[in-house]
Amino acid sequence: MKLDPERYAKMIRDALPHSPVMNDCLWAFFVGGGICLVGEILRQSWMLLYDQEMAGTLTSISLILLSALVTLPGWYQKLGAKAGAGTLVPITGFANSVVSAAIEFKAEGWVTGVGARIFIIAGPVIAYGTLASWVWGIVYWIMGKF
Amino acid sequence: MTVRKGDTLIFDTPPVIRVWASAGGKKEAEGPLAEGFDLLFPDASFRSCKWEQAESILQQKCVERCLKKAGLDPDQIDLAFAGDLQAQCTASNYTMRALGAPYAGLYGACSTMAEGLSLAACFAAAGYARQVLAFTSSHFCAAERQFRTPLDYGGKRPPTAQWTATAAGACILSPGGSGVSVHSVTLGRVQDYDVHDISNMGAAMMPAAVSTLVHHFEDTDSVPADYDAVFTGDLGEVGTGLLHRQMHAEGYDLTNHRDCGCLLYNVARQQVQAGGSGAGCSAAVLCAYVLPRLADGRWKRVLFLSTGALMSQTTYLQGESIPGIAHAVELRAQNGADGVREG
Amino acid sequence: MMQYFWAFVVGGAICVMGQLLIDYTALTPARILTGYVVAGVLLSAVGLYDPLAEFAGAGASVPLLGFGHLLAQGVVKAVDTVGLPGIFTGGLTAAAGGIAASLVFGVLAALVGKSHDQN
Repeated sequence: MKLDPERYAKMIRDALPHSPVMNDCLWAFFVGGGICLVGEILRQSWMLLYDQEMAGTLTSISLILLSALVTLPGWYQKLGAKAGAGTLVPITGFANSVVSAAIEFKAEGWVTGVGARIFIIAGPVIAYGTLASWVWGIVYWIMGKF
Repeated sequence: MTVRKGDTLIFDTPPVIRVWASAGGKKEAEGPLAEGFDLLFPDASFRSCKWEQAESILQQKCVERCLKKAGLDPDQIDLAFAGDLQAQCTASNYTMRALGAPYAGLYGACSTMAEGLSLAACFAAAGYARQVLAFTSSHFCAAERQFRTPLDYGGKRPPTAQWTATAAGACILSPGGSGVSVHSVTLGRVQDYDVHDISNMGAAMMPAAVSTLVHHFEDTDSVPADYDAVFTGDLGEVGTGLLHRQMHAEGYDLTNHRDCGCLLYNVARQQVQAGGSGAGCSAAVLCAYVLPRLADGRWKRVLFLSTGALMSQTTYLQGESIPGIAHAVELRAQNGADGVREG
Repeated sequence: MMQYFWAFVVGGAICVMGQLLIDYTALTPARILTGYVVAGVLLSAVGLYDPLAEFAGAGASVPLLGFGHLLAQGVVKAVDTVGLPGIFTGGLTAAAGGIAASLVFGVLAALVGKSHDQN
């Protein structure tokens, strides 16, 4: 066979269909921007009742609740199939990954399914985010010594 | 005497696919082949909260229909060859638990239909079994939760991705009788050209399709034009394009080639990215589209390949490349002599 | 009104960056999200993210970069108040609301919901 892995890799690269980048980006911009706009409206509203820090936390919690409610009937998946990074990058995407995993793995039991696999997608975000903040904490602490 | 030429077994007295049945879900019902299906289920959950069991129910309904068409009871089946995409082939295991016939489970990923058909044809031709059942399936939801992400997770598929068909196909083969004959089978060799992209299975499986096609044409001393159509399993649009290029480079003109993954759905309109995939894809296209055309004499001679990608989620995550396999089955209408296109 | 406009534009732009990474690189969404959080910690550490959060509000805090910023800020606050042990407690304390909400709503959703076919 007149094919080797290197030549084949090039052949595949030449044959790859192009993503409709412009279209993808418009969807990501408007949906992602829209979610952030809703976030800002929530944040301004919570700031009427709480200080800025607590308002930020409550904004996250509100968006996570909204995401869970939209995930339940399967709408977040439908939106995400079009919006791509627009629904992936906001905190609602993080919530969707947790909620969808919890719903999906209910079939494998409350402990071994829901409990064990709830962070199957979001786990790395928490693990490496925490690790990075820990490293930064050490650097910051050392910087404080000088 | 059945003769072996190269990798191909050529049957002296060709075994016969006597009956067949196909089942599909909602997206398949909205696709261009809908009217060829025996059974279509708008709700492929069958009210089960477990998608793995739903796939098994889909299989059972398909097999039941096949038995009914054949006028056979389950205990008249001498042997069944079956498999699916679930780990440990559980959908087929539960179907065979219900059916109770002797059973040899197969794992050929998306190549299972041609694999099962080949083995069933060998057993029938040798007279080891009078009624041999071969079936396979795939279920979008069972595959998605096993190989990718939870079903309600919002994500965009890359354009090379393929849509796992919610479909099943079943055939019953006998040493003789009326139906569609199996003239020869070519079991493939595993091919791996170092493709790692799990979202581009068509590219990973294409070299296996080329290998099996070339072996089959050489062994049977035929060319693609001798067939009314040459079918591949689920290469999709990307894999099909690559296949045409490579077969051209090998000196074969594949103008009468069709890919089951491109036939099952309207690729441009049904949001399936590069096309359909899954063991059920080629099985359903075989039973809903190919076999009926051979049975009514519209086609005389067809080469049917199923293509499979043989990685697991674990080997993929461990960075191994994706090995591919393809098996070919030569099918002929019974009333015609040679497979010459007659318009 | 302008704060709403900038929240929309900055938030949308951060998402477009993620989309470009998906379309032009072989990075999977899971890797991009992980990268975004770590990048958020870095940008916060070098002092770039706080001005953006002041300017764009939810446009900067809602994308996952903001989650990283939250973790980094939390660590700084904790180290300032309790010293070295703060490197362990600060990040997750700041992020506790979001993580706990996801877990609680996730389990509650599993109680009432079931997974859907995508067709």
